[in-house]
Amino acid sequence: MIFPSTPAQTVGPYFAIGLPWPEGPHAVAPGTAGAITIRGVVYDGAGEPIPDFLLETWQADPDGLFADLHAHGGVSKLEGFRGFARVGYEDGDGSFELLTVKPGPLVMASGTLAAPHIDVSLFARGLLHRCVTRVYFADEEDANAADPVLANVPAERRGTLLAKAVAGGYEIDIHLQGPGETVFFAL
Amino acid sequence: MRVTDSQPQPRQIYDPVADTPSSYVREAAGIHPPLDFPEYKSTALRHPKQPLIYLPQNITELTGPALSSLAPVGELDNDLTRQHDGEPIGERTLVFGRVFDTEGKPLRNTLVEIWQANACGRYRHRWDRFEAPLDPNFSGAGRAVTDAEGRYRFVTVKPGPYPWGNHYNAWRPAHIHFSLLGRAFAQRLVTQMYFPGDPLFAYDPIFNSIPDQAARKRLISRFSIEDTQPGWALAYQFDIHLRGPGATPFEEAL
Repeated sequence: MIFPSTPAQTVGPYFAIGLPWPEGPHAVAPGTAGAITIRGVVYDGAGEPIPDFLLETWQADPDGLFADLHAHGGVSKLEGFRGFARVGYEDGDGSFELLTVKPGPLVMASGTLAAPHIDVSLFARGLLHRCVTRVYFADEEDANAADPVLANVPAERRGTLLAKAVAGGYEIDIHLQGPGETVFFAL
Repeated sequence: MRVTDSQPQPRQIYDPVADTPSSYVREAAGIHPPLDFPEYKSTALRHPKQPLIYLPQNITELTGPALSSLAPVGELDNDLTRQHDGEPIGERTLVFGRVFDTEGKPLRNTLVEIWQANACGRYRHRWDRFEAPLDPNFSGAGRAVTDAEGRYRFVTVKPGPYPWGNHYNAWRPAHIHFSLLGRAFAQRLVTQMYFPGDPLFAYDPIFNSIPDQAARKRLISRFSIEDTQPGWALAYQFDIHLRGPGATPFEEAL
C-alpha cells in the first residue's frame, strides 16, 4: 500500500435523490426462467423497521459465474443477468424486495466449495461505514454445513444468515441490533 | 514498432485477468469511522453490537458489478447545472479528480455517483424540512464514469451548509456525497467530500467520526486555481483512493 484509503462516511438520509433507479432491484431481467424474489425487512435496535436504508447485493448466477469485468471462470451466459441489485427508497417502510436467481455453489481459492450465497452491503443514516452481510439459503442444508464461512460463525448465530423459502422466493430480515442481530462481516 | 497513422491506444491500466487481485488489503484501524459513535446520535440504535466476523475474501468479494450492465450514464449526467430549463442559483463549481487504488493505479471505467444539497443547503427530498428554498433548476444528483486515467469531472453549484437535529445548533459542513463501485465488492465506498476551510469542521460529529486526523483531511477537497475556468467557475479537486491489492498474514494463513 502506497496511498492510504479514502475514509467512508454515512450515506445519510437523502441518498434517494441520487442512488436508486427503477430497475435497481432487478439482479436479473424480469421474466428470467427461475427468477425468485428475496424479500425482508431491515430493523433497528428498537425493533422498528428502518425506512431509509440502501441495500445492495452482488452474486453469481446458477452456474457460479459472475456478470463482471473479470474472467473468473468466464462471464455469466444468463441473458440479462446483472448480478447486482440496489434497493433504497425516499420514504420506505423498512421492507425490500429483490428479483434475482438463486446463485450456484462456488469453488473458493482454497479449492473448497462455498455454499450458494449473496453478498450484501447495507448503508443508512446512522451507519458511518457500510455493514457487510451475506444471504445463504436455509434449504441448502448440506452445502451450508460444508461452507467454511458459515463454519466460522457461532452456531447459534448462523440462522440470521439463512433465507427461508416462501412462495415465489425467499425471505430474510436484517436486524442491525438487538435479539437476533444479523451476523455482519469484516471484509 | 512505430504507430504513425492511428490514434495511440489508451494505456492498458488494468488487465482484467492478470490484475485481478487475489485479495484486497485489510485496512488499518482508524481510517474508517467506527460504527458505534455516540456523538452521532443516529448510530445508537443502528450499529451492530456483536463483533464482526472475519470474512476471507473470495470470488464474490473480488468481483463486482460491471458498468456496462448498469443503468446507462447519459451525456449530461455529470453536469448538475444543465438538468433543467434554467441554471441553478449558486457558485458554479467544478468538482474533479481521479479514482485510484491504494497502489496508485487509476481505476478506469468506474462509476462515480454524487448527490448534494442546493446552494441554500436544501435537499430535493421530502424528508428535508430545512426552511430554505428549493431551486426549481437543481435536482442535486449526478453520475460520471472515469476515463482511461481514472479521471472524473462534475459541474455543479457549491452546496450550502444546513442544520440538522443531532444536537442543539447542529450544522453540517458543506459537502457532496460520493458513491464509488470500484472494481470489486471489496472496494465499494460511500463517502462525503468537503470544502477547504469550512468553519463547521470542528463541530461536525460525522466528519470527526474518522479517528485518524490525517484521514479526515483526505475528505477535504483542494481548491485549484489552475483548474478554475476564468469568468465562469471555481474548481475543487478530490482524489479518491479505494483499497488496493494486498494480503495480511492472517489472510494468507486461512
